[in-house]
Amino acid sequence: MKHIINISRRDFCKAGALFGGGLVLGFHVDETHAAPGQYTEAPTVFAPNAFIRIGSDDTVTIIVNKSEMGQGVYTSLPMLIAEELEVDWRKIRIEAAPVDAAYNHTQWGVQGTGGSTSIRSCWDQFRQAGAAARLMLEKAAAVAWNVAPDTCRAENGFVTDTANNKRLSFGELAAGAARLEAPRDPPLKKSHEFKVLGKSRKRLDTPDKTNGRAIFGIDIMLPGLLTAVVARPPVFGGAVKSFDEAAAKKIAGVKAVVRIERGIAVVADHFWAASRGRQALQVSWDEGPLAGLDSVEQKKQYGQLAEQPGLIAAQRGDVASALAGAAKKVEAVYDVPYLAHAPMEPLNCVADVRPDSCEIWVGTQLQTYDRDAAAGLTGLPKEKVQLHTTYLGGGFGRRAVGDSHFVKEAVQISQAVKAPVKVIWTREDDIQGGYYRPAAYNKLIAGLDDKGAPLALRHTVVSQSIAKGTPFEGGMIKDGIDNTAVEGVADSPYEIPHLLVDYHMAPAGVPVLWWRSVGHSYTAFVKEGFMDELAVTAGQDPYDYRRKLLTAHPRLLGVLDLAAEKAGWGKAASKGISQGIAVHESFGSFIAQVAEVTVAKSGRIRVHRVVCAIDCGQVVNPDTIEAQMESAVAFGLTAALYGRITFKNGRVEQSNFHDYPLLRLPEMPRVEVHIMKSTAPPGGVGEPGVPPVAPAVANAVHAATGLRLRTLPMDPAALQAAGLKG
Amino acid sequence: MISLNINSRNYQVEVEDDTPLLWVIREHIQLTGTKFGCGIGECGACTVHIDGEAVSSCQVTAKESAGKKITTIEGLAENDALKNAWIEDDVPQCGYCHSGQIMQAAVLLAKNPQPSDGDIDEAMGANLCRCGTYQRIRRAVHRASDLMGQGGKS
Repeated sequence: MKHIINISRRDFCKAGALFGGGLVLGFHVDETHAAPGQYTEAPTVFAPNAFIRIGSDDTVTIIVNKSEMGQGVYTSLPMLIAEELEVDWRKIRIEAAPVDAAYNHTQWGVQGTGGSTSIRSCWDQFRQAGAAARLMLEKAAAVAWNVAPDTCRAENGFVTDTANNKRLSFGELAAGAARLEAPRDPPLKKSHEFKVLGKSRKRLDTPDKTNGRAIFGIDIMLPGLLTAVVARPPVFGGAVKSFDEAAAKKIAGVKAVVRIERGIAVVADHFWAASRGRQALQVSWDEGPLAGLDSVEQKKQYGQLAEQPGLIAAQRGDVASALAGAAKKVEAVYDVPYLAHAPMEPLNCVADVRPDSCEIWVGTQLQTYDRDAAAGLTGLPKEKVQLHTTYLGGGFGRRAVGDSHFVKEAVQISQAVKAPVKVIWTREDDIQGGYYRPAAYNKLIAGLDDKGAPLALRHTVVSQSIAKGTPFEGGMIKDGIDNTAVEGVADSPYEIPHLLVDYHMAPAGVPVLWWRSVGHSYTAFVKEGFMDELAVTAGQDPYDYRRKLLTAHPRLLGVLDLAAEKAGWGKAASKGISQGIAVHESFGSFIAQVAEVTVAKSGRIRVHRVVCAIDCGQVVNPDTIEAQMESAVAFGLTAALYGRITFKNGRVEQSNFHDYPLLRLPEMPRVEVHIMKSTAPPGGVGEPGVPPVAPAVANAVHAATGLRLRTLPMDPAALQAAGLKG
Repeated sequence: MISLNINSRNYQVEVEDDTPLLWVIREHIQLTGTKFGCGIGECGACTVHIDGEAVSSCQVTAKESAGKKITTIEGLAENDALKNAWIEDDVPQCGYCHSGQIMQAAVLLAKNPQPSDGDIDEAMGANLCRCGTYQRIRRAVHRASDLMGQGGKS
């Protein structure tokens, strides 16, 4: 099932010249399930850099260093290369990159996928890789025909000499091209010359995702593979006091019970035996300092913290004086709960630790950290650890963890039992396993002038830091402030003369993590919900009110106007539908959404349509942008209407999809996506559609009922508590 | 020893009586297209056909499935109208749930070749998709229905 190609030392040097060096290895997860001997690929003849290999059979293999987790990088990144390479798209095949410095994120210095940065960080790199390869192929043709290179043009997988009516395929030219030096800084097309970028292209991974052949981490099968489930402490920060393995070992198929750093692993022939073994296992836990954690109490503590001055994240003018002199004051508290990512594929990892090697198969977003963690545990040099990135059955940030815990568990168990091991998390393990979007408490006070315009805003944020105690702390926390906790509000685009945003880092304990759109996932809810309150207080239309405060932000204004226009802002009420609007910038993109809702007497919110306008700069694959906006609406609605992780007696109260529900198909609104034409550099697409969803819905609910919901999720109980007349 | 008929092939497996069919399909038969999502019949990722009905394979034991006609995603025809519609509408994102989605939709169309939006809601409401591909699922089920009406297979 694996096929490893070592690229020659020559090619490696050339790749090094372009991309800073490193061993270039290709790993191919063969979706056809062919045995290694049956798998055929013509010899690689031309590997001009770490991202492209061209075979004598014209096959063009593109090595993608970003994890495919649904966002479409296995299609959009090859499109960047295809634009410059002039390749025949049908000849392209995709390989997941091995772990190597050549594949590091251009800004992070390690290999990883996240922050909606794939297109942004590869925009120049991948196009340059394609352009360099094309120039070498054209030059090889010129040498072959003994003509000037500028008469040779690559197009659709061939190089043609227009003057002499000759042509050779990329495969035929590959050997000659391999003898040439790669050009540095090849010139790139201007955007008006694009033929590939900006036009919808079908995803390359779709066929294998409709016939069961796409291989996710959980699908990896190896000879002698054992399966493990891990009993982890029922309270975060807890530890094993003692355990009795006797009953577990009596379960047929259970091979071993081993203590690892994070708990007790039950290892068996198959999942079911491991799972039954874990049920039988007797563990006594030291529950640690969070044994009494209670979400109701925690909210009170956060509320008390919010009464104290926090660390100042943003300040201009003099908020205190301005508030004192304001014509009207508006005060509000917004709060949001912890949330689990709940990717459909539960976490898992396969590790095979041998005395002199370690091989790992995993759907991960942070390859370098995971590889290095395995090297650290095994004592092996990093180059002896091979990590294969599979398809990810959803990521949303959950598969990017600085502590590599789900990889380390598998490595430790494989070390202990001296066999290849697949660790599978059950859904309960996933929902209760932490690494949540942090709960956040927000206290706001605004002062309006006599015309209703905001004069001053004080916004206090209380939340745990997702960076504290992680390898990212140095880069993400500055002067005690975790930038992600206040992103979107500390840099609020609204023209408010006096602003103070302060932050309290809530006590650590519950493992928290980036969750699709990170801090923006709640700051947009607070910022846009409160802005609506100010508009209502001022007696002004929420759309017009925002327009007046965004005059210095043409891209935000652009999407706001586009969404309002396409939604027919203000015209839906006659049909018994209520509209809400929200606009937010995140990850380099600008998005406005209009949500259309009705609210039943029971308090059930029904979202009928979401009109989404996005300006994400230059567009790579428009259909993928549409798909990501549809996806963001569903993801955002799940958080807006259902999502809630709560604690009682230190334990997570939810466990599976019956009590941590996700949006289902009947509740999916019609999503209409409008993409702004732009020549600006590309922005992110995977995350920025999420933040505006909850506030657009909350604002529509206010329009429908007159009730302002400031706490997520907006479930029927919340509406009833707010005073909904049944 | 349990005898299972999966995708028109017979398999003999030896497993504990309470072993869910899902894990036998995945681990013993090694047909990994059928996915584990929740283990409690809430998500539909493990949907297979048993005697023509869409069933969460985590909710039936292998023993209960003995002697019945079981079909997994790998057993659907290569040029199945649903698969073609799924490709045409580029439905999957991460793709993990789509074996189950397609298997659920196949039973819907077999029983109701021209489903309304309401019919689709009712049948497909059983299957979760965290990527939120629902709008395209709805579109692709209609497309598959049209393809079948034009002589495509499902």
